[in-house]
Amino acid sequence: MPRQPDPWTATINFVTRFQQRFPDDRGHFGPYGGRFVAETLIDPLQRLEAAYWRLKDDPQFRAELDRDLSLYVGRPSPLYPAERLSAKWGGARIFLKREDLNHTGAHKINNTVGQALLARALGKTRIIAETGAGQHGVASATVAARLGLKCVVYMGAEDVQRQSPNVYRMKLLGAEVIPVTAGTRTLKDALNEALRDWVTNVDDTFYIIGTVAGPHPYPMLVRDFNAVVGREARRQSLEMLGRLPDALVACVGGGSNAIGLFHPFLDDTGVAMYGVEAGGLGLPSGKHAASLSAGRPGVLHGNRTYVMSDDDGQILSTHSISAGLDYPGVGPEHAWLKDIGRVTYTTVTDEQALAAFHELARVEGIIPALESAHALAYAAELAPRLPRDAALVVNLSGRGDKDIFTIAKREGIELL
Amino acid sequence: MTAVAIQSPAGGGSRIDVRLRHLASQGRKALIPYITAGDPTPRMTVELLHALVAGGADLIELGVPFSDPMADGPVIQRACERALNQRTGLGRVLEMVTEFRRRDGDTPVVLMGYLNPVETMGMECFAERAHRAGVDGVLIVDWAVDELEPMVAPLRTHNIDRVLLLSPTSSESRVAEIAGHASGYLYYVSLKGVTGSDRLNVDSVAEKLQQVRRHSRLPVAVGFGVRDAATAHAVAAVADAVVVGSALVATVERHLGAPQQLAGALTAQLAELRSAIDSQRIIS
Repeated sequence: MPRQPDPWTATINFVTRFQQRFPDDRGHFGPYGGRFVAETLIDPLQRLEAAYWRLKDDPQFRAELDRDLSLYVGRPSPLYPAERLSAKWGGARIFLKREDLNHTGAHKINNTVGQALLARALGKTRIIAETGAGQHGVASATVAARLGLKCVVYMGAEDVQRQSPNVYRMKLLGAEVIPVTAGTRTLKDALNEALRDWVTNVDDTFYIIGTVAGPHPYPMLVRDFNAVVGREARRQSLEMLGRLPDALVACVGGGSNAIGLFHPFLDDTGVAMYGVEAGGLGLPSGKHAASLSAGRPGVLHGNRTYVMSDDDGQILSTHSISAGLDYPGVGPEHAWLKDIGRVTYTTVTDEQALAAFHELARVEGIIPALESAHALAYAAELAPRLPRDAALVVNLSGRGDKDIFTIAKREGIELL
Repeated sequence: MTAVAIQSPAGGGSRIDVRLRHLASQGRKALIPYITAGDPTPRMTVELLHALVAGGADLIELGVPFSDPMADGPVIQRACERALNQRTGLGRVLEMVTEFRRRDGDTPVVLMGYLNPVETMGMECFAERAHRAGVDGVLIVDWAVDELEPMVAPLRTHNIDRVLLLSPTSSESRVAEIAGHASGYLYYVSLKGVTGSDRLNVDSVAEKLQQVRRHSRLPVAVGFGVRDAATAHAVAAVADAVVVGSALVATVERHLGAPQQLAGALTAQLAELRSAIDSQRIIS
């Protein structure tokens, strides 16, 4: 069968060295990204950007970051060949990038370790963060405790309910958790509230955004701090297989774990990439969080990207069983990667994610986060369609301990 | 795009220019009230706009409700929620302005809100419909000057002023850049914070306004943190215009159970602010 012309191959003629070209100097990924915030925040964003450019390649900063990632976070995380799962699903060999084994149990710590070093370099004494599933809140509280910084975490009131173990973890780490009761009481409202805090306390406060969204330079620097995931996976794949993998799969809410895995492979045209959004109760139901698959371009939280909004431009409430994916926007780089066809974005439903959650626990002895279970569920569809010698890397972005109460409740089991 | 100041979109000056120049010639300061469209109900908004004018408003900022008002404090957040619960979208807000214009052809109206509703309608379509409705200016909070470009031509074509924000954190070069892109008036955010904060420091406002005036001849309005006659009086001493928002929206909220008394209450509140501002009339 003749190969279809690949839109990516055409694009790459213009966009060589993608990794170094985006965003542009105003924070744009094609038509997306940018800096759409109230004027008060422009100056701190410019200072953050300047500090980042100054420190990014500074040998001392890099050495400290590398040391933290290795000795505190526990990197590199393994690339684990899931033999039994591969046999069960058939087709491609499945490898799991074990971000669940990081300190605090998810990829989120890669970014907070980096941003905390930036906060210290800028002389800030107070950290704020927003959180959905609570993983980023825990990762922020963790680094704040370690550096002796005050930490305030904003969390939607609904998420406080469904992720109570993480709320308690943050408190144990010395952070103040503020439930947000405005709007839909989820991640987007926590982000609004964190931005309001920042605009009020901009002199002493550093805002650690947890995903590749927000105003420039956040999508860039959160990506760069998470790209260690993809760099390791690339090296590990070459060591184990003698070649690159054929496909990468990661879940996408804001998109930080996905961009972290994808980014170092963007120039490898032979590597297919799949971003899996939360399909909730199914796209036709309207109860989902699939902004790339079912949203439209718009402006939210400081950047232009795909958002879930109605005909009046109001942001819609979203639904996902997974708090970490329950967000009506997505990182602007994903919007761009979708438009140019480099990454394929798709969805799986709550039910599919739950099935994959149970399957991984029973077959491989690993309890995944509900977010990561979305990536697994798509891998279950994709693997059988690929040949047996194909290699599929799934980002197991976090562990599922935080979700056991949600799962138990759904199954009618009462835990304490 | 060059940083040449566009003081007036039309030859004779916009409704905003005319109004603010007239006040300045009398040595008076402008009073600019803000309310959120659709709050407490869409049907009351036009009546409330007239009530504001009756109390002494020189220009009105009408809030376009948005689901994620990230620069607003709790008072205006709740107003947005009330308005959106009654489906007050941008199209409906434009209809309200059209209706207001049937009885008031003089008081300038500036729409204040966030970008996504405008982008969803489309820049060109919005500018054309806003002009037809009788809107004189727009102030879009999350539209920093860096991203302004796509909006400039449609707004200029339809003679709608671009009111831009300045803040305590704006550097001097940034003030110059923003001043070069604004028309109508400049809006100085008096404090680091959200709408309805209570940290106003008039001395630091006065200092910053001196810097602003080195870069622009546009009138400068000061808002965020003006909540009563005393703060309005203090701000009027240093600014060309005083913006009052959350304090009025709080009045709306207090009258949710007694809507028939709301218009009178707003008129009275405006009149008090008016006399506080006028009590220091400066003849220049």
